[in-house]
Amino acid sequence: MPPTIKTLKVLDLVPFGRPGRGRKFFALRLEHPAWPDWNPGQFLMLRPPSFGRELLWARPFSICHMTSRHLICFIKVEGRGTEKISELTRGDEVLVWGPLGNYFAVETGVPTLLLAGGMGIAPFVGYVNRHPQPWNVSMLFAHRDPAECYPLDSINERVAADCLREQEDGDLDNLIFAIQEKIRDCAEQGGLVLACGPLPFLRTAREISLETGARTQISLENKMACGVGACLGCVCQVNDNWPVAAKRGGLVQTCVNGPVFWADQVEI
Amino acid sequence: MDLSVLLKGQKRDLYLKNPSLAASGTFGYGLEFRPYGDLASLGGIVVKGLSLKPRRGNPSPRVCETASGMLNSIGLQNDGVDNFLRDKLPLLPWKETAIIANMYATSVDEFAKLAAILNAAEGVAALEVNVSCPNVREGGIIFGSDPDLCAQITGAVRKNAPDKFVIVKLSPNVTDITLIGKAAENAGADCVSAINTLSGMAIDVQRRKPVLANVIGGLSGPAIKPVALRCVWQLAGALKIPVIGIGGICSTRDILEFLLAGASAIQVGTGNFARPDMSFKLAAELPDALRKAGAASVKEITRALKTD
Repeated sequence: MPPTIKTLKVLDLVPFGRPGRGRKFFALRLEHPAWPDWNPGQFLMLRPPSFGRELLWARPFSICHMTSRHLICFIKVEGRGTEKISELTRGDEVLVWGPLGNYFAVETGVPTLLLAGGMGIAPFVGYVNRHPQPWNVSMLFAHRDPAECYPLDSINERVAADCLREQEDGDLDNLIFAIQEKIRDCAEQGGLVLACGPLPFLRTAREISLETGARTQISLENKMACGVGACLGCVCQVNDNWPVAAKRGGLVQTCVNGPVFWADQVEI
Repeated sequence: MDLSVLLKGQKRDLYLKNPSLAASGTFGYGLEFRPYGDLASLGGIVVKGLSLKPRRGNPSPRVCETASGMLNSIGLQNDGVDNFLRDKLPLLPWKETAIIANMYATSVDEFAKLAAILNAAEGVAALEVNVSCPNVREGGIIFGSDPDLCAQITGAVRKNAPDKFVIVKLSPNVTDITLIGKAAENAGADCVSAINTLSGMAIDVQRRKPVLANVIGGLSGPAIKPVALRCVWQLAGALKIPVIGIGGICSTRDILEFLLAGASAIQVGTGNFARPDMSFKLAAELPDALRKAGAASVKEITRALKTD
C-alpha cells in the first residue's frame, strides 16, 4: 500500500516505568490513520508542529501496534526531538507519513524467534499480536532499563518472552551466549529469526546467524532525514546476495529497501 | 491568477507553469514523491545530480540535523545519466512540468559529454550545472569558486547542449558570488540558481569526533535563508539573466521574500525532508499568498524590493 501523509490527533501518552523524574518511556497513542493496510516491521515519520524550524527533520518510529481505533508508537526520550514529542498532550496534532518500508516475514508451521534489544521491542508488539500461530513464536528480550519500562505485558499475553537484563560486566557474555543458543535451536528446527535493536546487538545476531545458517532478518535504524528514499542519508551496504544485481556491493536506502533486511544480504 | 513564468535566457527560454520547483538532491528522481502530491502541479523538478557513470557517494554517517538545518555529505551518489534516462525519465510527467537535469562531472570534457547526452533527451527541459558541490574531492567547489573554470564548464555545456536552457548553480562559499555569476553569464548561461549548500561541520563532543564521516558537509535548510537572500539580491542586481532562488524555503512567505529579492523562480530544497508534501503544498498555496501580498503576477513582484 502506498504511504500517505496525514495530520493525526494525539489521543494520549501512556508513560512506562516507575513514576518520577526522568521517566523516559512512553506509548504515544494517535487516532487511527485509516491506512487500508500495514505490516509489523514498517515504520512512520512523525513531526509535531512544535518542531518549528529549529528541528527540521521528522522522526522515524516503528509502528508498535495498530488496533481498530489507535495507532501506537513506543518511544524513549533520547534527544531534542523525542523530548518535544514527549511534551505532546491529548488533542495536539502531529504530521505522520506512512506506513513506510518493508516488513518482517511471517511464517507458519516453523518456530519464529524474536530477538529484541531495548527499544527494538517496539515492532514486535504488533508482530506477536498479528501472528496467526503465536504458539510458534518466542522472544528473547535484552534490556538495560528495568523491564517495566517496556511494553512487555502485551507480548507476554501472546508469546513466551525470556528477559535478560544487562547491568553488570559479565551480563553481556551471558546475553551473547543466550542469543547463540536460541539462534542455534531455531536454525536446527528450520525456523525464522527476527532481530531488532541497537547496532551491536544486530551485529551479534547477524554473525551468529551466518555461522549457524539461521534464516534471519534484521531491522536497521540508520539516521534518516526524509523516510521516502530521497535524502540518501540512511544508506547501508548490500552484498552479492542482494536480489537486484545492479545494486550488489552498493549502497541502498534503508528507508525504502528496508528497514528489514535478510542478514546475509547486508553488511553492518 | 496566472502563475506562469517565462525565464528568458540568452539562447533559450524556459516556460514554467508556476515558479515553485523542487531542488536537486532533495527530491530524488521525483518518483519517490508521487504518494504525496501531483508531480505535474509543480513548476518543475530538478532531479538528483547526474554523472556520466553511477557514483557511490561518501561513507556514512553522511547526514546530520543541525539548528534549523542539516548537514549532508552524500557525495553525489547517483545511478548515472544512462539509468536515469532509461528507467526514470519516461515515468516522469515531462510533458506537463519542466524536468531539469542537474549534472555533475569532474572535468570540462566530462561536462561536455554529459551535456551532449542530455541535449538529446526529449523529456529534459533544462540543465542545471552543478559547479558548487562542497562534498566531492574532484571538481565540485573548485569549479564554482574559480570564475575561469566556471566559464569553461558553462561554455562547454552551452556548446554541447544547444537545445536546452542552461542554468548554472552557484556556491555561496566564495568571496563575491557575482563574479562567478558574471563568468557564467558571459560564457552563455541562460540563468543562474543560488545557492548551493554552505560548507560546514558538526562535532560530537563525547566521542571527540566529527559527526559526518567526511568531516565537512553542506549546510542547508532555514538556517541558510538569510545568506541565500543576500546572494540572490546581489546576483539579480549584477546579472541580466534570471536568477532562481534556493535556500531554506519552507513557506510561501519565504517564497515571496526570494521573489522580492530578485528571484524569477525558486526551488524548495531541504523543506522536502521536513514534510514530503512541502513542494506540493507551497505550489498550491502560492496564488493566495501572492494575492495577499498585492501582486498580480510573479513577474510583478520579482525584484520589487524597496531599498530607499
